[in-house]
Amino acid sequence: MNRESINRNLLQRGTPIGVRFLGYAALALALMYFDQRGGWLDSIRYVLQSAAYPLRVAVNSPALAWVNTREIFVERAALREENLRLQEQLRELKILALRREDLERENAELRQLQSAVLEVTERWLAARIIEETLDAQRQRLTVNRGGREGTFKGQAVVAGSGVLGQIIDVGPFGSEIILITDPEHSLPVQILRTGQRTLAVGTGKVDELQLPYLPLQTDVEVGDLLVTSGLGGIFPAGFPVGTVSAVSREGGTPLVQVSAKPAARIDRDRHIALLWFREGHPAAP
Amino acid sequence: MKETRSQMGLILLLAFVLEALPLPAWFSGFWPSWVALVVIRYSLLAPRLGGLGLGFLGGLLLDIYTGAVLGQHAIAYCLLAYVGIRQHLLVRPKSMAQQVGFVALLLLLAEIAIWVVDGWTGRSTGDWSRWLPILTSAALWPVLQRQR
Repeated sequence: MNRESINRNLLQRGTPIGVRFLGYAALALALMYFDQRGGWLDSIRYVLQSAAYPLRVAVNSPALAWVNTREIFVERAALREENLRLQEQLRELKILALRREDLERENAELRQLQSAVLEVTERWLAARIIEETLDAQRQRLTVNRGGREGTFKGQAVVAGSGVLGQIIDVGPFGSEIILITDPEHSLPVQILRTGQRTLAVGTGKVDELQLPYLPLQTDVEVGDLLVTSGLGGIFPAGFPVGTVSAVSREGGTPLVQVSAKPAARIDRDRHIALLWFREGHPAAP
Repeated sequence: MKETRSQMGLILLLAFVLEALPLPAWFSGFWPSWVALVVIRYSLLAPRLGGLGLGFLGGLLLDIYTGAVLGQHAIAYCLLAYVGIRQHLLVRPKSMAQQVGFVALLLLLAEIAIWVVDGWTGRSTGDWSRWLPILTSAALWPVLQRQR
């Protein structure tokens, strides 16, 4: 008996396995096609995602419980330290404020930008991280705010110190956030000092962004601040994104290689906020 | 021991728990593809129990779970099941080293399918590190195989 017929005897229940495989493959291809085009599959995904939510919470809760317990114990010491640091910062800021008055008079445009950031945000919602994936291919977070709280696809997400990312998938109880460091994410930014606009692309590393599209003669230096440029329809202009950490004009390419360090500490900021912007505000995205 | 469908369901659930475990970043690159291993195991050791459906369902659930394009892992793991079931009689009497090699080839095949779909749908195709779990997953085969 040849292998074919053994397989047949063992496995054949009605349709031959090759045909069944083709059937499944066609189904998968159809799913991919419709999912890629967007639309009605999104609502199915919304429902299915909610089924996975309990599993995520259950699996991640021991780790989160550990983090929370540790936080309680560390808190007292940390609070004292933080208090001292804040006092110091306050003194510094007071001095800086004197200088800033000067700068603000000089730079009315910048002032407009700053007030715009404050005014354009209508409300915000704090969220807790349920799950994080921080590897070379995916830099994602799942948080405990979802469709019930009114989160939406393309919503801006910030941490205390800067832009964190945007929501790409909404379930009823949780949402998935794509971080600015995800290799699939690019963010329209502006070099604050020169006003030069470009894109900041994720690298898959939590502490690095790249600006791959700047011509060689661009005026960019280590330490330059990057802010959102207001293009792209997700963030208004002026949110801090990061600081240029390396500039290289070698390699014989017509582009300058620029790396930046995100302002948000991607792997450490546990307090994150989802933003809603004032519709119709001139600075709204 | 006679294997049952409910047992298979539990093992699949366990695989998802393992997929979902929070891991330190340096380690997650090596983390095996647990669902793929479950599909391979049933294809080679109990082909009538899971069949192609296990591959498709396991893959589809993984698509939903990870937010990948629906159907991406489904087609890849269905392919795993198909090749596994077709070859299971040839593979079972082989030496352990050869079996591990075969499992690695299967996983490579599935990962190539996933990679191609990533390319088609305009997602990041990642770097060389995406191929690492193939090695760690295949290395687990002797243990999984003994569970029978």
